[in-house]
Amino acid sequence: MASRNTFRRELEVLQRDLLKMGTMVEASIFTAVKSLKEGDAQAAQAIVDGDASIDALEVDIERRSLQLLALQQPMASDLRLIGTTLKIITDLERIADHAADIAKVTLRLAGQPLIKPLVDIPRMADISQQMVAEGLQAFIERDPERAERMALRDEEVDHLYNQIFRELLVIMLEDPRTVRQATYLLFVAMYLERVADHATNLAEWVIYMVTGDRRELND
Amino acid sequence: MGSIIEVESLSLYYGAFRALKDVSLSVAGRSVTALIGPSGCGKTSFLRTLNRMNELIPGARTTGRVVVEGRDIYAPGIDVAALRKEIGMVFQRPNPFPMSIFDNVAYGPRCHGVRDRRRLAEIVESSLTEAALWPEVSGNLRKSALSLSGGQQQRLCIARALAVGPRIVLMDEPCSALDPISTARIEDLITELKQAYTIVMVTHNMQQAARVSDTTAFFLDGELVELGGTATMFTRPGDRRTEDYITGRFG
Repeated sequence: MASRNTFRRELEVLQRDLLKMGTMVEASIFTAVKSLKEGDAQAAQAIVDGDASIDALEVDIERRSLQLLALQQPMASDLRLIGTTLKIITDLERIADHAADIAKVTLRLAGQPLIKPLVDIPRMADISQQMVAEGLQAFIERDPERAERMALRDEEVDHLYNQIFRELLVIMLEDPRTVRQATYLLFVAMYLERVADHATNLAEWVIYMVTGDRRELND
Repeated sequence: MGSIIEVESLSLYYGAFRALKDVSLSVAGRSVTALIGPSGCGKTSFLRTLNRMNELIPGARTTGRVVVEGRDIYAPGIDVAALRKEIGMVFQRPNPFPMSIFDNVAYGPRCHGVRDRRRLAEIVESSLTEAALWPEVSGNLRKSALSLSGGQQQRLCIARALAVGPRIVLMDEPCSALDPISTARIEDLITELKQAYTIVMVTHNMQQAARVSDTTAFFLDGELVELGGTATMFTRPGDRRTEDYITGRFG
């Protein structure tokens, strides 16, 4: 006979809200990079303003997780699920902060023509965003292999970052007037590189949640 | 620490009913082992095989071996009284004898022939001290044991078990009749006692098993499903049935 129905329901709602937070974070990254590419200050401002609601959701999930630990004394996979949730929301919140950071760059560069059409930065953003999406999917499906495959893509992101770094360096050396904008773009690339690292953490936590093994991926 | 109890393919029958099926496990010396599982899973039956308490039930029969400190306790010629001196037991409900605190603790040593008053007084004091009851009762050892609170009575029963100098103490849900504060005191006491004794306990309270034991054994339908370090058992059990039980999916 199944028991602890109230607890099971609360766990379901907690996971649903975690996924909601994940989806919001994913959308922020996408929109932030799009705003940069298109010089869309209005969209960028919406990302900066929207960060507070992601933060609020994080605090709410955290509060409910701690409450479940205190009141329900979860064990085994339930315990790992709540532990994982507490860790994942921190990574998601950091990713959202980086999306806001990128949106702020859009605002700073508003009205200036870009020193070059953005190609590699949107590519980095795509991969990072897909990594987050895959991580959430692996979480839903309790699929450690899927999480592991996702984490492998961190290498592509690191590679793009190095490429962007070299490219911007050359642009700055050739024309010092580009230094301000190129530095901002380099920040953006660095933020995206960090996003992929947080996505990798997400993969590690999904693996822990399912298997109980804490493994370091791409160290 | 090496193992002090080795159980090999132990089965227990009550008449035709097989209450334990081929249980094998070993218990490390100076450790706390918790036996968990739903009602009727065999955990209490198993506990009672460790000092041959099941023999008191008509029709009970065991096969397999229980080796305690190198001796098969079911071998012919084993002195059961001496065995129970070596392996003490504490029950679910505190069951002090209707006599004074002193006489309760001195009862076992007297039965085993200790007559010297000074020696008895020493045993009573050291046993009550080990059971963390001495400070509360030292002023009035002649008081009836029945006037103590439930938690104190249970600590008295632990002192009584310790008084005959066992190496192993079996506990059958020792806190189930106690309030949370008394429970916490007994749990602290169990942790203290494992410095000197080996403790095997049955508990219905999984948080209690998690708090006090080093090793946890999960029983289901008379079988030992899983035995492991307590931290591992409660964070990443190996068997699906253990997982389902400790997360409250059944039982």
